[in-house]
Amino acid sequence: MKARFPQRFSAWGLVRHGLTGDDWPKVWRSPELRRSYDVVIIGAGVHGLATAYYLAARHGITNVAVVDRGYVGGGGSGRNTAILRSNYLTPEGVAFYDRSLQLYRNLSSELNFNVMFSRRGHLTLAHNDSSLRTMRWRAEVNKVAGIDSEVIGPDEIKRLVPMMDTSDRTRYPILGALYHPPGGIIRHDAVVWGYARAADSFGVHIHQNTEVTGIDVDVSGGTTGRVRGVQTARGPISAPVVVNCTAGWASLISAMAGVGLPIITHPLQAAVTEPVKMFLDPVVVSGTLHVYVSQTDRGELVFGASVDPFASYSMRSSLEFLEELAGHVLQLMPSLATMRVLRQWAGLCDMTPDYSPIIGVTPVEGFLVDVGWGTYGFKAGPAAGEAVASLIGTGRVPELVAGFDLARFDDGRLVGEKGAAAVGH
Amino acid sequence: MILVPCPHCGPRNASEFRYLGEERARPDPVAATPPEWRQYLYRRTNPAGWTTETWHHSSGCRAFLTVERHTVTNEIRSCTVAGAHT
Ligand SMILES: Cc1cc2nc3c(=O)[nH]c(=O)nc-3n(C[C@H](O)[C@H](O)[C@H](O)COP(=O)(O)OP(=O)(O)OC[C@H]3O[C@@H](n4cnc5c(N)ncnc54)[C@H](O)[C@@H]3O)c2cc1C
Ligand SMILES: [Zn+2]
Repeated sequence: MKARFPQRFSAWGLVRHGLTGDDWPKVWRSPELRRSYDVVIIGAGVHGLATAYYLAARHGITNVAVVDRGYVGGGGSGRNTAILRSNYLTPEGVAFYDRSLQLYRNLSSELNFNVMFSRRGHLTLAHNDSSLRTMRWRAEVNKVAGIDSEVIGPDEIKRLVPMMDTSDRTRYPILGALYHPPGGIIRHDAVVWGYARAADSFGVHIHQNTEVTGIDVDVSGGTTGRVRGVQTARGPISAPVVVNCTAGWASLISAMAGVGLPIITHPLQAAVTEPVKMFLDPVVVSGTLHVYVSQTDRGELVFGASVDPFASYSMRSSLEFLEELAGHVLQLMPSLATMRVLRQWAGLCDMTPDYSPIIGVTPVEGFLVDVGWGTYGFKAGPAAGEAVASLIGTGRVPELVAGFDLARFDDGRLVGEKGAAAVGH
Repeated sequence: MILVPCPHCGPRNASEFRYLGEERARPDPVAATPPEWRQYLYRRTNPAGWTTETWHHSSGCRAFLTVERHTVTNEIRSCTVAGAHT
C-alpha cells in the first residue's frame, strides 16, 4: 500500500508555499482516543512508529494506536547521535543491521520526507593489539556477509582525517582502524517525524501525553496469560496485541505484564559544538578513549562516549562527562582545542548482557517486545519495525530476528556484540 | 555525577567506585537448574525508584558497600559496609 498524504512534499510545493504563504498541513493529526484497537504500540520513538508504519504499509493493519507518555521522539530517538553502520561482530548482527541500512537508504523517497542520510564512512580506531585483532575479526565477518569493511593503517587514516594525530608520540598511538565506507549519519528527528507522518496517513492514531500505567493480562486460561489491553492516564484501551517499544523504560512496562527482562537502564550522554566549516568527513570512534565524533551537515561536531557507569533513570548531564570527553577528543585531534561546546544532554539506554536486542514474543500471549536497544538502536529502527510488523501480520517470527528472542537468556544462546557495540554506537 | 558517602572515606565521587548492580538472592549453585542460574545472572528488576545495590570502593578503601539509592534522582539515603549487619 502507498501512503496517501493530504499534501506531498516536493520542490514545487516549496516554491508554491513560498509564493502564496499558505499554511502547511499538520504533519500528523491528534485524533480522538478510541476504546479499542487491533494493536497498541507503547512508545512513539523510531521503533514504535516504524512498527506502526510497516504494519499499515506492508500488512494493511491500520487500526493501530501508538501511545507515548511524552511527545513523539522525546526518548532516545530524539537524543541519539544518529550514527548508522552495519559492521557488527556476529553473523546475526551483521545481517540484521545491514537490512536496516538498506531500508534507510531508500527511506526519504519511501516516506516522502527528507531524512538527510549522509554516507560518510565510519572509522573505529585501534590503539592496541587486542582491539586491532577484534577489528580484523569484524572485517572478516563483515566481508563474508558482503559488507564493505576493511582494516586500514595510520597513513590511510591520516589521508581520510588530516586533523587526526596519528603520530606515535601520543599516549595511545593509533595502530589502525576498521574502515566501513557505507556508514554515516542521518537527521534523527526527520526519521521519527517521517515515520509518524506516513503512519498517520494510513489512519494510525498517534496519542502523545498518554502514559501507560498498567497492562491487562487475562490469566484465567493459561499459566502466564494473554494480553487484553492497557490502562492509560486517559483511560483503558483494549487490544489483543500490545507491543513494548519503550527502550530505557522497557523494564517498567514489561513488569506491568509480569514479564521480567535482562535489562539495566544506563544514561548515555552526548554533546555538540558550535558549527564550523566542513573538515571532518567520516565518523570516528575510539573504544580505548571512550569517545566518538562526527560532523553534521550543518557543521556542528557531535560527540559521544560510553554509558554512565551505573544504572539510572536520570537524564541529567554532568560536567564530569564533558571534561573527560574533551580530554579524550583532544588526544585524537589537538587542533579542536578552541572549539566551543553549545549543548550537552543525556538519554536512557536499555542495556542487555550481550549487547544485542530482544525482539519477539514473551510468555504473555499477545504481549510483544522490541527492546534492549542500548546505545545502538536508532540505526535498527527500520529493520526492527519491519520485523515486528511482520510477526504481527503473519504470526511468524522473521528469520532475520529469530536469534534475538527473549528465551535465549534462559537457554544460554547469547549473541555477543560487545566487541562491536560498547562505544561505537 | 554523584557523591557516594563511604563509611570509611566520607563522601567520594562515584568515579572512584565500581558499580556492581542491584542486590539479588543467589540461588544454591548445586540445586539450581541452568535456566534458574541464568535468570540469576541476567534478569534484573531495574526499578525506577529506591533500590538496594552493591558498590565497591575500588579506588579508595576497597570495601564492598551496600547502598540505598533512588534511581530517578540518584539520591543516596544509606551506605554501609556490605555484610556488616548480617
Ligand atoms: C546520547 C545517545 C546517543 C546514541 N547514539 C546512537 C547512535 O549513534 N546510533 C544508534 O543507532 N543509536 C544510538 N543511540 C541509541 C538510540 O537512541 C536508541 O536505541 C533508540 O532511539 C531507541 O528507540 P526506541 O524507539 O526504541 O525508544 P525511544 O526513542 O527511547 O522511545 C521510547 C518512548 O517510550 C515512551 N514511554 C516510556 N514510558 C512510557 C509509558 N509508561 N507510557 C507511554 N510511553 C512511555 C517514552 O516517552 C519514549 O518516547 C543513542 C542513545 C543516546 C541516549
Ligand atoms: Zn571507602
